[in-house]
Amino acid sequence: MRYHTPSSFEEASEIAAAAPGITRILAGGTDVLVQLRADIVEPDDLIDIKRISGTGDITRSDDGGWVIGAAVPGVSLSEHAALCADWPGVVEGMALVGSTQVQGRATLTGNLCNGSPAADSVPGMIAAGAEVSVVGPQGPRRIAIESVPVGPGKISLAKGEIVTAIHLPSRGAQGGDAYERFIPRTEMDIAVVGVAVNLRRDGATITEARVAIGAVAPTPLLVPEAGAALVGSTLDDASLAALSEAVSAACNPIDDKRGTIEFRTHVAGVLAKRVARTAYDRAGDAK
Amino acid sequence: MMALDDRKTNFKYIGTRPDRPDGLDKVTGRARYGADIQAPGMLHGAIVRSPHAHARILKIDASKALALKGVKAVVTRADFPTGLTGEDWNLQENVMAGEKALYDGHAVAAVAASSALIARDAAKLVEVEYEPLPHVTDVDAAMRPDAPVIREGAADYSVPEGMHPNVVRRIEFGRGDMDAAFAEADEVLEATYRTEATHQGYIEPHACLAQLGADGKGELWCCTQGHWFVRRMCASVLGLDASQLRVTPSEIGGGFGGKTTIFIDPVALALSRKAGRPVKIVMSRSEVLRATGPTASASMDIKLGMKRDGTITAAQGTFRLQGGAFPGAPTAETMQCAFACYEIPAILEIGYDVITNRPKQAAYRAPGAPMGAFAAESAIDELCRRMGLDPLEVRLKNAVKEGSKSSYGPTYPRIGLVETLEAAKAHPHYSAPLGPNQGRGVASGYWFNWGGETSVSMAVSEDGTVQVSVGTPDIGGSRASMSLMAAEALGIPYENVRCNVVDTGALGVNEPTHGSRATYASGLATIEAAREIAGKLCQRAADKWGIDAEAVIWEDGCAKPSGPNAGDFPPMPIAEIAAEMGQTGGPISGHFEATPNGHGGSFGTHIVDIEVDPETGRTTVVRYTVVQDAGKAIHPAYVEGQFQGGAAQGIGWALNEEYIYGTDGRLQNPVFLDYRVPVASDLPMIDTVIVEVPNPGHPYGVRGVGETGITPPLPAIANAVAGATGVRLRQLPMTPPRILAAIQANG
Repeated sequence: MRYHTPSSFEEASEIAAAAPGITRILAGGTDVLVQLRADIVEPDDLIDIKRISGTGDITRSDDGGWVIGAAVPGVSLSEHAALCADWPGVVEGMALVGSTQVQGRATLTGNLCNGSPAADSVPGMIAAGAEVSVVGPQGPRRIAIESVPVGPGKISLAKGEIVTAIHLPSRGAQGGDAYERFIPRTEMDIAVVGVAVNLRRDGATITEARVAIGAVAPTPLLVPEAGAALVGSTLDDASLAALSEAVSAACNPIDDKRGTIEFRTHVAGVLAKRVARTAYDRAGDAK
Repeated sequence: MMALDDRKTNFKYIGTRPDRPDGLDKVTGRARYGADIQAPGMLHGAIVRSPHAHARILKIDASKALALKGVKAVVTRADFPTGLTGEDWNLQENVMAGEKALYDGHAVAAVAASSALIARDAAKLVEVEYEPLPHVTDVDAAMRPDAPVIREGAADYSVPEGMHPNVVRRIEFGRGDMDAAFAEADEVLEATYRTEATHQGYIEPHACLAQLGADGKGELWCCTQGHWFVRRMCASVLGLDASQLRVTPSEIGGGFGGKTTIFIDPVALALSRKAGRPVKIVMSRSEVLRATGPTASASMDIKLGMKRDGTITAAQGTFRLQGGAFPGAPTAETMQCAFACYEIPAILEIGYDVITNRPKQAAYRAPGAPMGAFAAESAIDELCRRMGLDPLEVRLKNAVKEGSKSSYGPTYPRIGLVETLEAAKAHPHYSAPLGPNQGRGVASGYWFNWGGETSVSMAVSEDGTVQVSVGTPDIGGSRASMSLMAAEALGIPYENVRCNVVDTGALGVNEPTHGSRATYASGLATIEAAREIAGKLCQRAADKWGIDAEAVIWEDGCAKPSGPNAGDFPPMPIAEIAAEMGQTGGPISGHFEATPNGHGGSFGTHIVDIEVDPETGRTTVVRYTVVQDAGKAIHPAYVEGQFQGGAAQGIGWALNEEYIYGTDGRLQNPVFLDYRVPVASDLPMIDTVIVEVPNPGHPYGVRGVGETGITPPLPAIANAVAGATGVRLRQLPMTPPRILAAIQANG
């Protein structure tokens, strides 16, 4: 195994592009190192991006959005008051990943690029309309979060491509987001179902809504029908029922040790209603 | 053993809560656990495990592994002696497969190398050719005529002809006229209950360091509940003389019964013998879950008759347990404990021990009892709810007491079930209001407890402090308890006693810390050894004073003249006698060894409130109270810890823990992510009530408390879920998908 510590993403990308075998990018390492120890993967090249300048930074962009470096650990998000005020749903999704110790290492980018259908931070980012910036042999590009995961453990990035940062849009007025997952325990568990809702209100009426779900399909999904069910409503019972139905209809889960198809499909609909209420209340509290 | 009137009741140290002597080491990281032991020139071992649930081993080729730089030895079954029989053969077959791999994770070879990484890589290079065979992991499926045969000839004489060879033992007991007794009942319930296998889940994986020479002399350091058991088992499996193998226990990060047997120890010894170097093996969590002993799973049919006034007229049960690929499921204990709490005139129990393609079960806290309690106490609750009876009143009406004939035969001596039921009834928890979607469950439970072979030595040091040498590893604060009992018996401060858990070379045979025996049996021996020392101290004082030893008593840490002709001498403290002991007759020691059998059983009653999310089936344990008879609580904090620990493990077993096998017979969840033990935030503060009905068989009245606490939670929680949802779950674990499906099926 070759261990690399490039000082720029361009250098990192060159190493990755030239690597002949299995390549892994190392940020927090909370997936890669565990997989390595568990004999799930033995990379030929391990590229540590933490020494690249700016990867540990959270910065406000000119349009009022946020840029979160690829190596920013979860705890830095939770401790960032302005970010938490703008995107509490994104932050609470990330905060559910692992233990306090894991939060000191694990990153949003890593959680996304690990490709798990159950990744807790991903539905929140999809609902927020976040994007990632990527560098690669073909130059830099920016793509929507939901286009990154393509299947369990698989992402759409080409050989040599590396995510450099997450971009969250400007929060804007009267917006709120929330994420909730179902686990049988209270923590230290993996989502059986995850639902994120991001919406904007004009007074009591919802004007925009994005709903994303996790752990109920091969990848986290954006569910446009679910968002549409909310828009124009005041989150009345009928719109919640339509939301719930749209979310359950979008589920395509598996039967496994963590839950049955019926259970996941049903609980996704239940959670969607609960999460929508939280997001709605947060939007009402927001300026 | 000890006459009742000899029992002490006024205590100075017993019942206090001093810091445990091993506490500072444990919280600072200074304590040495199994994996902390090192030796010069040490190699690291790794084990090659079967990926198949059931497969014939056609060929093992280790040439590529041996060719790897740093690899020093490979062992297979060929490196173990042949001709073993009975449980010795079972142990040997389990630690290293012979002709067949019998479960996913079964050891088939092992490698020793100069580093743990090389050993792991080398293990992957060992080529094993398998012929996969049909497998079975479910107890009911394993009894069916078409089930694959795991091993012919494993059954004992008790199994009638015509049963499947996987049924290895049949047990039956009972009394009374069943038909007449069921005819007397106003309601009769018939139901089937199932529990899944759960693992003890000790936080410390098995670890050992072994050294064995060609001369058959060996040293073994390991994490175990009982090093004499390890010595005997390793000696049998490897063909050694027991006394030539010295076994030293490390500190132990939990055992719960699962560390009373061997897994890696003889393999490390065999590797060491072959490599000529010490060999260390440390299991991963996955290895622990795949290849050490969880408890059995059970499938149980219950028929129970009750009168309208709550009197139980008859109980019948058929109990089918699988304990993995070897005989030994705790079927008898399941049967004996199921109805042990009640006086029932007519009872019939039939049980089967069944083998399957799963790891060899090991003891787990009150082995077998929680399953029986789940079936019996759920059934009682079902009838209580059906007839609108108070579950504690019904239990009180039928409760066993001193002189009652137990469901399984013996007549009870002084016991404390009624006292726990009365205390539970009086507890504010029992009458507290419930919130929406909440239900309350109660259940009682029993464990026999155990005495067992015990040997304790004690010696006075030159400064008058005292060292105690015990052979029972300290899992739950037993060094604190021994020190308190020694302090009490000698009348010296707790801090002046040091209790050491010593190796097999230092004492006679001690059974492990199992059967809730350590505080009872090692404690009894500690008190007796202290009494011997007190007698010797009195003799030294008498010699000095020139009076008869009979005229000297030991009180408050001093020899004192007593009686009309004793003379007038000032009390002589232990430190004064100890300072001169070299000149007055030499070292002063005490020793006691026995197989004490006055262990008193312990009964408990639990109350639990569960809230169920009706939309998701998710459960929350809202409130939990444990009431249990401790006889006499030596160190109440550690008694409470045992109560809470039993409840916590029971909550896990009831709600989310289970062995999940795929259709390929492989364990699906060999990691703590998916083997869901409760985390701290899943549990409320578990309230405890210590009931003290002294055990006549112990000088201070001690009853073992370690195991009873895991017997009531399974049914108590199922009963609470029934209260919260109106649906009865008869299969564990009560996962959210199962509860939700039951709620939805109920409309």
